[in-house]
Amino acid sequence: MRVALMVTCINDALYPSTGQAVVRLLRRLGVEVEFPQAQTCCGQPMVNTGYLDEAVPVLRTFVDAFAGYDAVVTPSGSCAGSARHQHSIVAGRSGDEALQEAVAKLAPNVYELSEFLVDVLGVTDVGAYYPHRVTYHPTCHSLRMLGVGNRPQRLLEAVRGIRLVDLPGADQCCGFGGTFAVKNADTSIAMGADKARHIRETGAEIVVAGDNSCLTHIGGVLSRQRSGVRTVHLAEILASTEDSAVAEVTR
Amino acid sequence: MSGTFVGMPAFPEAAREALTDSQLRHNLAHATSTIRAKRAKVVAEVPDWEELRLAGAAVKERALLDLETQLVRLEETLTANGATVHWARDAAEANAIVAGIAKAHAATEVVKVKSMVTQEIGLNEALAEEGIAAWETDLAELIVQLGDDLPSHILVPAIHRNRAEIRDIFRSKMGAAGRPAPDDLTDEPAVLAAAAREHLREKFLRAKVGVSGANFAVAETGTLVVVESEGNGRMCLTLPEVLVSVVGIEKVVSRWEDLDPMLRLLPRSSTGERMNPYTSMWSGIAPGDGPQEVHVVLLDNGRTRALADEVGRQALRCIRCSACLNVCPVYERTGGHAYGSVYPGPIGAILNPLLKGVGHDEQTDSLPYASTLCGACFEVCPVRIDIPSVLVDQRAQVVDAHRGGVPKPEAMAMKGAAYVLGRSRRLSAVERLTGIGMRFARRFGPTAWTGARDLPDAPGESFRDWWLRTDGGRTDGGRNDDQKG
Repeated sequence: MRVALMVTCINDALYPSTGQAVVRLLRRLGVEVEFPQAQTCCGQPMVNTGYLDEAVPVLRTFVDAFAGYDAVVTPSGSCAGSARHQHSIVAGRSGDEALQEAVAKLAPNVYELSEFLVDVLGVTDVGAYYPHRVTYHPTCHSLRMLGVGNRPQRLLEAVRGIRLVDLPGADQCCGFGGTFAVKNADTSIAMGADKARHIRETGAEIVVAGDNSCLTHIGGVLSRQRSGVRTVHLAEILASTEDSAVAEVTR
Repeated sequence: MSGTFVGMPAFPEAAREALTDSQLRHNLAHATSTIRAKRAKVVAEVPDWEELRLAGAAVKERALLDLETQLVRLEETLTANGATVHWARDAAEANAIVAGIAKAHAATEVVKVKSMVTQEIGLNEALAEEGIAAWETDLAELIVQLGDDLPSHILVPAIHRNRAEIRDIFRSKMGAAGRPAPDDLTDEPAVLAAAAREHLREKFLRAKVGVSGANFAVAETGTLVVVESEGNGRMCLTLPEVLVSVVGIEKVVSRWEDLDPMLRLLPRSSTGERMNPYTSMWSGIAPGDGPQEVHVVLLDNGRTRALADEVGRQALRCIRCSACLNVCPVYERTGGHAYGSVYPGPIGAILNPLLKGVGHDEQTDSLPYASTLCGACFEVCPVRIDIPSVLVDQRAQVVDAHRGGVPKPEAMAMKGAAYVLGRSRRLSAVERLTGIGMRFARRFGPTAWTGARDLPDAPGESFRDWWLRTDGGRTDGGRNDDQKG
């Protein structure tokens, strides 16, 4: 099975440690991922702002980068959702039948990380160790667009040392919403402030999610509030082991 | 706030103002969370809820795809039942028809069943201009009307008011509109309801003309259906001599049995009730019983425009349950007035642009963006309207409507992004500037992002550079050696 890592543009530019965690985690589970250097972005920022024509060249690049792989795994529910549910819209817009065919073939092979681990590799205990008090925020696109269900929780529950605490109002949107965060900044922040309040109520040190875009927003609010709560991507918790925990402390 | 949505600012500005109203935020959070929990509980009781949603969507879809035939049939059956059918292309035509009927009976007032469509066309204001008073008889609509306010929710239009505010409105405004509130009026819900009942009773008994909408119109039998909770609707539909019902053409269903899934879906989705309290059905005139002159105004007002929209036409399936409002995290924070329409919330964010068309005014164009696309609305919609997908499609239509002119900064940014993201080497070059960009953004704050949110620290290198340097983490890429040295 040839597996490609779709790291996503935001992780590539701002959160390389998340991509590195996916590589480490999958390698530990016996999967050598490839990183097609031609990849850029799934095009979701354009699609969700209404710029379909502008998304077409980005989609072409996406298809060129990932065609031929048996599985494309990504540490983002939102970008996986974009590939699986929106690429056909962009391809339709292009009027290019070859692109439409390529998308129809590629889209079902795109997996969000927790889906890939649970459904494709068939594991829930990935051998991770993470001795922290953690609360999980299910991101909207992973929850409702992809339907990842409780896969992330099952993966987290199997992590040794972790103390998982329930997040009140967990399924409520954090208020990020892509360009919504700046186009409707006031509403976005009002939602983010409520999410941050719920997170602080749990007493968790760390809030984990499967999307760094949402975590950038949540973390931005938590940081401005000097809350002391950190945001960590699911992949980084699952990649952690006793060795890496020791390395983190002694670094 | 006066009684019109005309001239409302675009959503972001209207929302900003609403967000500063802490009383509103409190009222909304309380009301929406209560009704959300109630709905979730009664929906969970139905084992075949998902099948029921499919059936409901299918009923509406069937009628919409065959709308012309269904409407002609509805006209035939209604006429055979003794009703007079009128066709109205827009609000002005519909208002003129209703006013004409009232005037023909020398009526100076009408009593109204709660109806979204008559608010959509501004019927009360149009009748007022003709010297005809239109009295709202639904409790919440009465609160809105007496308070010279605007509805902020489809089902509970006074959701933005708490009981103390309602008591004040009743005490100060009821007297001018009819029977005054008693002097010892408290803010107990039962006491407030009793005052409204006394106030409304004299209006029901006096009015010669009743005005309603309809939740459903059955083509097969020529039957209109009104679904309500208070019994005021039943009064309006049975006591006056003349009844005029304004019905959007998308309300038609083909057969009598089509009501089965709809009447099971609607109460659980809207009020969180297992069964609706007052379901009134009438097929034209029943000799010697109820109104002896029955009119039905079939209204387009943008519906055929929406029907022509391949992605958006599903919005015409809407049965105005407002489940999408109650679960919407944006609505919960901003309330309904920010949407500038009688149709607020997620459904309003798609329905208004579909009915009016985009590219004409900033307010309508802002509505498809009034969502994080979280998908909670689609999840609860009893007729499975994929609101997030329609929102995205409407956004594309807004953008397309503005193509060709002077590009906005956003359009230029998107074109720039498309260029950069079209080739990985371009992206790679830009990523090397990320750190500088973030420092720049911090220094230039507060921007839309940094007003209340910190930015993350930029990493030393991008993932792709790390991969190249370390062969995907298989080597240390020389960095550790450097550090040790």
